[in-house]
Amino acid sequence: MFDWLTSRLVSGALTALGACTLVFLLLHLVPGDPVETMLGEGARPADRTALTAALGLDRPLWEQYLGYLQRLARLDLGSSLVYQRPVVELVAERLPATLTLAAAALALALVLALPLGVLAACRRGRAADGAATVFALLGSSIPNFWLGPLLILTFSLWLGWTPVSGREGWASWVLPALTLGTSLAAVLARMVRSSVLEVLGEDYVRTARAKGLSPAAVLWGHALRNAWLPVLTLAGLQLGSLLGGAVITETVFAWPGLGSLLVEAIQGRDYPVVQGCVLLVSLGYVLVNTWTDLAYAWVDPRIRGG
Amino acid sequence: MSRGLPVAVLACWALAALIAPWLPLEPERIDLTAILAPPGGAPAAGVAGGGLFGADDLGRPVLDRLLLGARTALLVGVGVVALSALAGTLLGAAAALAGGWVDLLLVRLVDVFLAFPGLLLAIALAGILGPGVDNVILALAVVGWVGYARLVRAQVLTLKQRDHVAAARALGAGSGRILWRHLLPLALAPLIVEATFGVAAAVVAEAGLSFLGLGAQPPDASWGGMIRDGVGYMLVAPHLVLAPGMAMVLVVLSINLLGDRLRDCLDVRGGP
Repeated sequence: MFDWLTSRLVSGALTALGACTLVFLLLHLVPGDPVETMLGEGARPADRTALTAALGLDRPLWEQYLGYLQRLARLDLGSSLVYQRPVVELVAERLPATLTLAAAALALALVLALPLGVLAACRRGRAADGAATVFALLGSSIPNFWLGPLLILTFSLWLGWTPVSGREGWASWVLPALTLGTSLAAVLARMVRSSVLEVLGEDYVRTARAKGLSPAAVLWGHALRNAWLPVLTLAGLQLGSLLGGAVITETVFAWPGLGSLLVEAIQGRDYPVVQGCVLLVSLGYVLVNTWTDLAYAWVDPRIRGG
Repeated sequence: MSRGLPVAVLACWALAALIAPWLPLEPERIDLTAILAPPGGAPAAGVAGGGLFGADDLGRPVLDRLLLGARTALLVGVGVVALSALAGTLLGAAAALAGGWVDLLLVRLVDVFLAFPGLLLAIALAGILGPGVDNVILALAVVGWVGYARLVRAQVLTLKQRDHVAAARALGAGSGRILWRHLLPLALAPLIVEATFGVAAAVVAEAGLSFLGLGAQPPDASWGGMIRDGVGYMLVAPHLVLAPGMAMVLVVLSINLLGDRLRDCLDVRGGP
């Protein structure tokens, strides 16, 4: 158990280090001179020299890399060229909006997917199953940058129920969460269905039925308990793609989160902020993945041995 | 959906994309009298007709731009899958055949790329490389090779234990020949299924990047870019958002249905 834990943690740390390295290299992928790109054509030579020195681009690559890691260890992500403020501050301001949106979308996806998947599994091959299949197919084929405008068109412009964009009042949460959560709900519903179907075929479910329990008791007391585990793991893993999808959803709804900060920074060629946003989200993702693995092993002893 | 429909939709898509340059299209013709003209075609009193699908905010015909967008989508879909499948297959097979630290290095590298969720890395890459269709293909291929590398590595690792590979090696075949003649043909079925879903993913990703303003640049047309431009006029001209979205969802849905069917036919278990 201890060996397994250590190897999982080491592997998570190595991945995190690799992600940091990749984000560091991003700045060096800027075609031509990044300083010129950031400052524009008419910059004075003195400004250029100053920015080059501030970004450390005048030093050899390995020295830049070591300096970058040292600053990272002190939680120093550099400072924004547009806002003239530390990147950490900017990111910290925007993070809560993204996290709460992701949480709302995850909750919504679970609320939609669990009953739908269970219903589809129990009514296999009938109308409810067909409806769930169509929902899963449509939900995973309609991208959020089209779903968002469609929802705005229907609920904000035609019906007038919700605000078009922004983050004020509970009604403004509905459409962004729905936009972000629908594709996850589709994936989860499919997973719940197959997971429940698999469990319903087990011997102990047959035994429970044979001893005369009602179908509801068999489902609640025996089948669902074992069907949750893979579903929860998938939900944890999908949290990362939720954060990635948030970039587009936030742009659609002018949601003041990390994703819209990233898009603004790309448009403003504010590369330190771009690096900060990408790094934060990927490190969060690595953390969630490692944690999900550990939690899964803690719940299910069979994993540790394998 | 009937069985032939996905194939028909995809055939129309490919045909439109391939012959678009030879059609009498005027996707860049700005007609100020047709601004935001609704679909239908017939010119109303004092307003020029916008054509079958109406006209956009500059009075350009939406149908023509839709066809040009189909071309962008096909170019990116096929380009990304070709590039990333080639790179992923080569790297994954090389790592599995070499084993040892080479294999370990690849697994670590794959883990690092998988640490960036969804489109995030592609968004950052496309943003840093600058806008344009070629940079979109590059950015999506840099993100996309990982899936193929993992798939091919896993396939080769199991397949290389088989007797016919040992026999080929005993007969003096080199690694390249074994890979090309004895391993890849057996790994082809799951690779084809993965590539099919990959085209759909690339089409959506291109549209997503263009929606963020990082993809095709004007006057080039892209479905994602058309949705982006149309969002501002949704109340007066919803067809600007509906038409490109519908085209994209039809294509993506058809590819996914085809992929599901391929997976069943080729008897590949699992999948994305």
